[in-house]
Amino acid sequence: MEIREMVDVCVIGAGHAGCEAALACARLGFNTVVFTVSVDSIALMPCNPNVGGSSKGHLVRELDALGGEMGKNIDKTFIQSKMLNLSKGPAVHSLRAQADKAEYSRAMRKVLENQENLTIKQAEVCEILWDDLANGKKKITGVKTFTGAIYECKAVILCNGTYLNARCLCGEAITYTGPNGLMAATHLTDSLKSAGIEMRRFKTGTPARMERKSLDFSKMEEQLGDERIVPFSFSTDPDSIQKEQVSCWLTYTNEKTHEIIRANLDRSPIYAGIIEGTGPRYCPSIEDKVVKFAEKERHQVFIEPEGIHTTEMYVGGMSSSLPEDVQLAMYRTVPGLENCKIVRNAYAIEYDCINPGQLNPSLEFKDFEGLFSAGQMNGSSGYEEAAAQGLIAGINASMKLQGRDPLILDRSEAYIGVLIDDLVTKENFEPYRMMTSRAEYRLLLRQDNADLRLREKGYEVGLISKEQYEALLLKKSQIDSEIARLKEIIVGAAKETQDVLTSLGSTPLKTGVSLAELICRPELSYESIAPLDPERGEFKQDVIDQINIEIKYEGYIERQKHQVEQFKKIEKKLIPSDIDYDDVLSLRLEARQKLKKFKPVSVGQASRISGVSPADVSVLLVYLEHYNSKGDK
Amino acid sequence: MYNDTIAAIATALNESGIGIVRLSGPEAIRITDEIFVNSSGHKSFSNYESHTIHYGFIMDGDSKIDEVMVSLMKGPKSYTKEDTVEINCHGGVLMVRRILELVLSKGARIAEPGEFTKRAFLNGRIDLTEAEAVMDVIGAGSKHALEIGMKQLSGSLFNSISEIRKKLIYEIAFIESALDDPEHISLEGYPKRLKSILDEELSVIENLIDSYDDGRLIKEGIKTVILGKPNAGKSSLLNALVGEERAIVTDIAGTTRDTLEENIRLSGISLNLIDTAGIRKTEDVVEKIGVEKAYDSSKDADLIIYVVDSSKPLDDSDEDIIEIIKKKKSIVLLNKSDLNTIVDEDTLKGKIPSGCPIIKTSMTLKEGLDLFEKTLENLFFRGELKTDREVYITSLRHKAALEEAKKSLNMVLDSLNNDMPEDFLSIDLMSAYSSLGRIIGEEVDDDLVNEIFSKFCMGK
Repeated sequence: MEIREMVDVCVIGAGHAGCEAALACARLGFNTVVFTVSVDSIALMPCNPNVGGSSKGHLVRELDALGGEMGKNIDKTFIQSKMLNLSKGPAVHSLRAQADKAEYSRAMRKVLENQENLTIKQAEVCEILWDDLANGKKKITGVKTFTGAIYECKAVILCNGTYLNARCLCGEAITYTGPNGLMAATHLTDSLKSAGIEMRRFKTGTPARMERKSLDFSKMEEQLGDERIVPFSFSTDPDSIQKEQVSCWLTYTNEKTHEIIRANLDRSPIYAGIIEGTGPRYCPSIEDKVVKFAEKERHQVFIEPEGIHTTEMYVGGMSSSLPEDVQLAMYRTVPGLENCKIVRNAYAIEYDCINPGQLNPSLEFKDFEGLFSAGQMNGSSGYEEAAAQGLIAGINASMKLQGRDPLILDRSEAYIGVLIDDLVTKENFEPYRMMTSRAEYRLLLRQDNADLRLREKGYEVGLISKEQYEALLLKKSQIDSEIARLKEIIVGAAKETQDVLTSLGSTPLKTGVSLAELICRPELSYESIAPLDPERGEFKQDVIDQINIEIKYEGYIERQKHQVEQFKKIEKKLIPSDIDYDDVLSLRLEARQKLKKFKPVSVGQASRISGVSPADVSVLLVYLEHYNSKGDK
Repeated sequence: MYNDTIAAIATALNESGIGIVRLSGPEAIRITDEIFVNSSGHKSFSNYESHTIHYGFIMDGDSKIDEVMVSLMKGPKSYTKEDTVEINCHGGVLMVRRILELVLSKGARIAEPGEFTKRAFLNGRIDLTEAEAVMDVIGAGSKHALEIGMKQLSGSLFNSISEIRKKLIYEIAFIESALDDPEHISLEGYPKRLKSILDEELSVIENLIDSYDDGRLIKEGIKTVILGKPNAGKSSLLNALVGEERAIVTDIAGTTRDTLEENIRLSGISLNLIDTAGIRKTEDVVEKIGVEKAYDSSKDADLIIYVVDSSKPLDDSDEDIIEIIKKKKSIVLLNKSDLNTIVDEDTLKGKIPSGCPIIKTSMTLKEGLDLFEKTLENLFFRGELKTDREVYITSLRHKAALEEAKKSLNMVLDSLNNDMPEDFLSIDLMSAYSSLGRIIGEEVDDDLVNEIFSKFCMGK
């Protein structure tokens, strides 16, 4: 007898996107099944052993502010933590933590297993099932597994990662598996194609893992964690996670390494033309780096532990798809790796993903009701990018089932907004990696204020508790009233004041100034001027951090807010879904075709589609004005 | 495409010889057909081919209203890309209005300000910056202003702004990529490099801002300074050209003590005419200031009219003036041709630059003024009346945007001086980049769309 189950949501894949999507749906009360080809591989980290890093750390904090799990999970399982870029401005400070991979995976599995409304199912989903609607669109009705079991549902979230028709390449040696030798999913692509979904083929890669005992760390620079650890999650008490940390190590490639690579480029599947998929420019293999930065004498290599209970070490910065013999020769030219033993070879992986231009900013397919997609399936790269999309897809599938508006973050609200807008609006022909430079308004989108920006939205969605939300409101009011107070209190040129300032290496006062003005001085801070401010109350460090940043960079923050206002002007101009672009006469042909294809929801989104020029946008603006004022046209 | 037909008077509402009523839209031909008969009295307008002009009469029922020339331009080969008809009728407020009213009674709608250009824009005939330049042209009305407008249309402003933007975006990209890939892109020594680039671009921007005043002047007219010795007839020339007793004219040398400005139109060329105190060595304090001023205003003149009293011999003061006109585009007027001629063309030959036109005039008899006008016109159309600057800005909006860009770039300099981390620099660099982009339509400015069209005058 055929197995037939009825659930609310099916999530296909239990990687970083799938876990977040499934948890969000289940937590919002929907009966959810998450499918994986291997229950032992939930929240697997098949590549780098860390979470966060430049701009990716922002994504994790934002996800946490909205009620996601990744931040909490890394707080439980990290083995080293570091705030990056502290020499630069606060916008680019970014948190990165080394994970114990096995622990990370295990801890996340536990969260999933203990989540009410959530079922984990080991099965390969081979087909999606749908109804054709009268308006030409489709509506999801369920999924079918390899064994023939049917799960009827109202929403499906594709989080297939790099498993679809995956093949791994190590030089001439090709295996038809997913990452880490796991079973590839070879059926779903056909089903998606027959549903009219446009597929792409991307590739990515990972470096070798080495045996710790075979490495000579005396030839490398030790990389320590921070003395005071900042947690990823706004819900984690910083005091609870201060612990002993492991070290990472830094070494460099050299001319010899590059020579070996250059001499063997013809044996690299990418350069030999065996790989069809496009790789990420911003996460390049060592072959790519040597070719692209030919003038560089050396490249950084980070040696990072894969966990506490293993001796495997990750060789960051040297991913490769060269054959095994070349890999070994190349790695052994690096100081400290002369006698290295490779546990797992570096390899490149090719996989199917969708063209994310088919998605709305809610991550639902434009022409397929109830079908959502997230993570590497959407052509992104990275755990954090995947998790962020998974959370948004999970939230929006739930919002749809609740009959509520989707949660759409714009580019001025969150890196998550930038990520999704870029994916669904711009044409990406390589795996998309989050980067600081992609966020135009990054001074406002700092990792330190993610809770202030997004907790409220998480609360409205239902993933943030009332308690957490009230804690946020308290924090907000403390920051605001303390800044107002600091602007009001004037200190004069009394001797005690001058002495304090001199002792802090700051110039004495000529006239009275406010405490806020003093904090603006680069050499002073809220903390250091405490002797001049006996009346102040006691605040937690995160409140003090906000006070310092808001006061010190006020001018820049104001100017960036002004830029956001400009941005919002056309972002707020919505394009009616029934617009007929053939009726907008002066659009250039290319723009007309692109607009028809992408169906942007706002003029702002339209302006970011490649091939739509500012002149086209002006035309569209004028047209919409007519459309709105006349009602008939 | 719009389904209504608009009409407006396309010429200035004054007592000119010819007035034009313009129609645009799907009904333009039908409406004209109803009111136009050809010289043989037949209604056949709808049979005419595109881009033809026809002689005939405008009829209101059976009564002839006016004798007209009507041109037909079928869409899309017209300014608005719609069917367009222009009725050239006799000028005068009443006649033109009557024909407009007739056209309206047949189903056309009165055009909103700027609506023809708005349609040209909406129908893809021109882009937004072109529309803005057209607005400038209409606003100015003179041919030289038209030239600036056309220059803008053809993109010299576009090019210089694009150049600056190109440089800025390169720097922005450099900073951003260094943030994303610190391993491979170093910012060492970068602040110094950026500072020198900013200094350069700021001076270009400041030049453009300065050109605003000049640009406006050009819109108002070519700066034309009348120079000459006292009592040579400079003020009489001004009065003759202005057509009224603007300057006080006496026989007493040195009557004009201050410079006097008037804007006039000659053969469609707008002149900003400046009458000056006569050049002579004088002990009179007030007159001395006047002479200084005369020298001053001649320095940035586009054209100098050197008025010579041909009944008196040349002296040191003439030599001084000749020195000035050697450096400038000039016209020499040998005035007082009605009196005894002492100075003639031969006297001046070898002293003044060859090719400098010399015209005999008599302000008393109003002789030679026609030739002067003709000469001026020739100079202009041969393109010899040029100004020093390549690019002008003439729009207040452009000026404001440039000022904003300047402010932003100065803030970048401030950040550099305060040793702010590099990621702060791109905020203001980006603002400058956007401000400049709004000038050339590379950045969408939704306010602009409405602002521009509300400024357009009627008809075009």
